[in-house]
Amino acid sequence: MYPSRFRYEAPHSIEEAVGLLQAGDGEAKVLAGGQSLVPLIKLRFASPELLVDINDLPGLAYHRADPDGTIRVGALCRHADLEGSALLADRQPTMAAAAPMVADPIVRNRGTLVGSLCHADPQGDWAAVVTALGGHVVAQGPGGRRTIPIGKFVNGPFQNALAYDEIAVEAVIPAPGGTPAGGYLKLERRVGDFATAGAAVAVETSGDLVTRAGIALTGVGGSTIDAAEAAQVLVGRPLGAEVIAEAADLAARAAQPKSDHRGSAKYKRHLVHTFVERILTRVGDTTERAA
Amino acid sequence: MTALDEIKIGGMGARRRRVEDNRFIRGRGNYIDDIVLPGMLHMEILRSPLAHARINSIDTSKAWDIPGVRLVLTGEMMATRNLAWMPTLSYDTQAVLATDKVRFQGQEVACVIADDPYIAKDACEAIVVDYEPLPVIVNPTQATADDAPLIRDDKENQPDNVIYDWEVGDRAGTDQAFERADLVSTIQLHYPRSHPAPLECCGSIADFDRSTSKLTVYMTTQAPHIVRAAVALIAELPEHMIRIISPDLGGGFGNKVPVYPGYVMSILASILTERPVKWIEDRTGNLISTGFGRDVYLQGEMALRRDGKILGVRMHTDADHGAFFGDAQPSKFKIGLMHSAFACYDIPTAHLTARGMYTNKAPGGVAYRCSFRVTEAMFFQERMVQAAADDLGMDQAEFRRLNFVRDDDFPHRTPFGFLTDSGQYGKCLDVGLKAVGYQDFLKQKEEAKKRGRLLGIGISTMTEPLGAGNSREYDILGIKMFDSAELRVHMTGKAILRTGAKTQGQGHETTWAQIVAHELGLPAEDVLVEEGDTDTAPFGMGTYASRSTPVAGAAVAMVSRKIRAKARKLAAHLLEVSEEDVDWELGRFYVRSAPDRGVTIQECAMAAYSNMPDGLEPGLEGNAYYDPPNLTWPFACYIATVEVDPETGVWDVLNMVAVDDCGVRINPMVVEGQIMGGLTEAYAMASMQFITFDAEGNCVGSNFMDYLLPTAWETPGYELHEVVTPCPHHPIGAKGIGECATVGGPAAFVNAVLDAIKDTGVRNIDMPLLPDRVYEAITERHDVSGAPPVKVDD
Ligand SMILES: Cc1cc2nc3c(=O)[nH]c(=O)nc-3n(C[C@H](O)[C@H](O)[C@H](O)COP(=O)(O)OP(=O)(O)OC[C@H]3O[C@@H](n4cnc5c(N)ncnc54)[C@H](O)[C@@H]3O)c2cc1C
Repeated sequence: MYPSRFRYEAPHSIEEAVGLLQAGDGEAKVLAGGQSLVPLIKLRFASPELLVDINDLPGLAYHRADPDGTIRVGALCRHADLEGSALLADRQPTMAAAAPMVADPIVRNRGTLVGSLCHADPQGDWAAVVTALGGHVVAQGPGGRRTIPIGKFVNGPFQNALAYDEIAVEAVIPAPGGTPAGGYLKLERRVGDFATAGAAVAVETSGDLVTRAGIALTGVGGSTIDAAEAAQVLVGRPLGAEVIAEAADLAARAAQPKSDHRGSAKYKRHLVHTFVERILTRVGDTTERAA
Repeated sequence: MTALDEIKIGGMGARRRRVEDNRFIRGRGNYIDDIVLPGMLHMEILRSPLAHARINSIDTSKAWDIPGVRLVLTGEMMATRNLAWMPTLSYDTQAVLATDKVRFQGQEVACVIADDPYIAKDACEAIVVDYEPLPVIVNPTQATADDAPLIRDDKENQPDNVIYDWEVGDRAGTDQAFERADLVSTIQLHYPRSHPAPLECCGSIADFDRSTSKLTVYMTTQAPHIVRAAVALIAELPEHMIRIISPDLGGGFGNKVPVYPGYVMSILASILTERPVKWIEDRTGNLISTGFGRDVYLQGEMALRRDGKILGVRMHTDADHGAFFGDAQPSKFKIGLMHSAFACYDIPTAHLTARGMYTNKAPGGVAYRCSFRVTEAMFFQERMVQAAADDLGMDQAEFRRLNFVRDDDFPHRTPFGFLTDSGQYGKCLDVGLKAVGYQDFLKQKEEAKKRGRLLGIGISTMTEPLGAGNSREYDILGIKMFDSAELRVHMTGKAILRTGAKTQGQGHETTWAQIVAHELGLPAEDVLVEEGDTDTAPFGMGTYASRSTPVAGAAVAMVSRKIRAKARKLAAHLLEVSEEDVDWELGRFYVRSAPDRGVTIQECAMAAYSNMPDGLEPGLEGNAYYDPPNLTWPFACYIATVEVDPETGVWDVLNMVAVDDCGVRINPMVVEGQIMGGLTEAYAMASMQFITFDAEGNCVGSNFMDYLLPTAWETPGYELHEVVTPCPHHPIGAKGIGECATVGGPAAFVNAVLDAIKDTGVRNIDMPLLPDRVYEAITERHDVSGAPPVKVDD
């Protein structure tokens, strides 16, 4: 496994990094955790001329909550940081559920949430989670910063909306209006395998009523699928069996799976149904008990 | 004087820590890629992207132009030296570098030797090959279709894609048994293609020294002496000028038995460049081109009497051997020891027919942790037994017990003609059933069913033939399958032991010393064990097929006994009595009539160099060649319990009980390690590990993202038990154990999952039991058979 020749730079500021990308003129690539990029390079599926390693950039390893409850995840925050996060365990159940399911423990030590969003793999877990939560990405380029909603940021399989000289600096999850609840389920054939199918569900409740809902799907389409219609039926209603079944049906219908060595299209669609139903039923049971 | 405590000196039965781990866990092993020779060049292989295509031309000019490139080899250039093709271990030929056609994806087409591997890789990409695609065959059915393209048009007398039609057993007698049957149980199975995938891939460093004409090859091989012979024959070099050194191996599992094109190319490249040439295979190269395991289809039939007695068995197998017939196995058996099936059951008659086919897939058919197709044999056996018990409506444990060979029925002639010699099959089953809580589990299962939960229990019991030879029956290309050991005891009582085997994780450096300790009373830590260098080790057939303890291990005991016999003469001399008056206890000779008067083995060793009697040859060294009288027949009973999630098809192992009887255990800890590793491979095979191909012959499973090996995360826990029935003919009573769990384990897992979903009427799901296949079986209520097809819809 011997990559093609490339240059390597490890800048110490975002401005410097952006300058290198600009000079790279589209032939440069950002290196974050390297857990998606390095495999591509060693197999020569990607042969960038320059790698701009952002691991030395200061002040990007954070994940934190603003006073209003907005959650921010910096570009160098690793999957493992999120997995062990008391903040998420306390306040953001969908992210807390997903973190230990991303890849395997070794990959989680290096890989980043922001890198995963940038990589935009239809089978990546974080894009589904951030979609269900209605998040966005903050990008910095030569002209300064801009905010890109997740639905626009991931704009195709392995495609994102960044310009060649922009760096994604953080992912942002808006503050919840009600009590956040939800979960993430996926089927993998083995730890570290990409999802055969996965479902991220994020709801906010007030009393026993759902005030906001997001459902997004992993691995069952050309890119992350926002099952907005399925989520919408939940809003304004308590989480009863009937509405859960309706949402699960709609989510399964929103999936666009293909048959491959991970399973048939029919099976994957069924998994989406099962997962959405399981998460919502569990959330429903807890809200009922709390109410 | 009190006798030595055998456990304290690390003798038989001691749970001695593996001495090799000292360097392995410190990262101080010396693997092929750790070896760096002065002036060494690097080789990379260009492989075919297509599974079947004619080669119109190969243009290497751009590769030669890259600075740092020293040599570019193609099939045409190999052909001028008569090296484009080489013999396989099964009397076939295999292309070293393709000349006329490529016959599988990943086949070697050219190679580049350069100053560093990066340059070599760049140069491989600069080679332009003009291919003309041909129709592709990916399974035996396609291979035998009327309009099938001929894969081996290079061979004379090869009109079709059939390699062999072979049979064994009693056809007429078996037909009669089926006529008498009350019931015939049938089943069709596929054991999918798998790959041993040792963590270290293959590699070699060839170093030809023009000034001495000596060729030294460091090589990842489980059988260095066989390779030396092969190189002598293929490359027409004198055998005494060839030195094969197999350094530390990062696993083998049968994958490192064959001679691969990469080795041959590195040797030729070193001869041509007069520089050492290193070839390190990458993971994809290993998975798509080197020896795979299994890929056999079975049609099985069992003739049954109403009361549960098995009257006879018929088996037909179709094996997919890929593009070249390269099975590494005793030459006279075309489908390995498939006919060892049903050895633990008392069955009067059986008949097996077998056909082998060429396909456009990688060649190999190595015994992947398996004594030559025994894994398939035992899987087919235990799936057939399970189906028969179900058809009869009998309890699966009782059906097995009813048909077992009884303890007092040895030696026993198996239905296909092997002779088994010892075992306590019923006892092993009892230990297993008790450990798993069989009756309780059956109740639990019924309870769970009422709440919509699916529990299942699966049993697999088998005895398998390990430790080829004897030399009458077993040879590879005419070379008889025996083994050897050489022991040199130095004057201070320390010793070096060398054998013709080659450890690759089995722990020989630890256990061989324990055998010496047991026989001579030398502390195990005083015995250095060395293997793998053909210039220093005695000739041997290498380590695979669980044969080392049965054969080389026996040679270690025998050579120790020779040393002891000589030491007795020295002792008599030192004690000034006649040899007949000397008795032996562990580590010490003494005068029978005056037990306090004695000399230690160490004192004898010193005398061998400083005070030998007149007429006795000095020194205390010896060697022994051991030709076993028979195979050894360990027995195992594996019982798995599982829970299946009916909504997803996901299944979890609740318990796995393993009862192994491998005779006397030299180092119980090493034995347990072998069993746990084997069970994990069994679980792998049952649950996820397989290599498949799409219709174009593209290999799906060419890296560890697609070829799934279970990690510590998935691997279930195991509960191990033992029964000991010593092998009657082995000098220390040991039987093979390296592969039992891989061989017998898969059926236990599969039987358990099928038991859990029995109410659906599903009789079979072929491995691997991936969740989607189990879900399909549950919801569609039909069998899920054959190789998992790669269904891709756009
Ligand atoms: C064995 C294995 C199993 C895996 N399993 C899973 C899984 O189950 N689920 C899952 O979701 N993922 C999985 N992954 C991928 C893993 O989560 C990666 O960590 C993630 O996809 C990318 O993050 P990274 O920080 O490693 O990015 P890198 O590999 O460094 O980069 C990935 C891409 O994003 C770009 N990029 C990264 N960061 C930035 C940035 N800040 N600004 C602009 N561009 C950027 C890079 O240029 C590159 O194109 C697996 C990876 C491996 C090796």
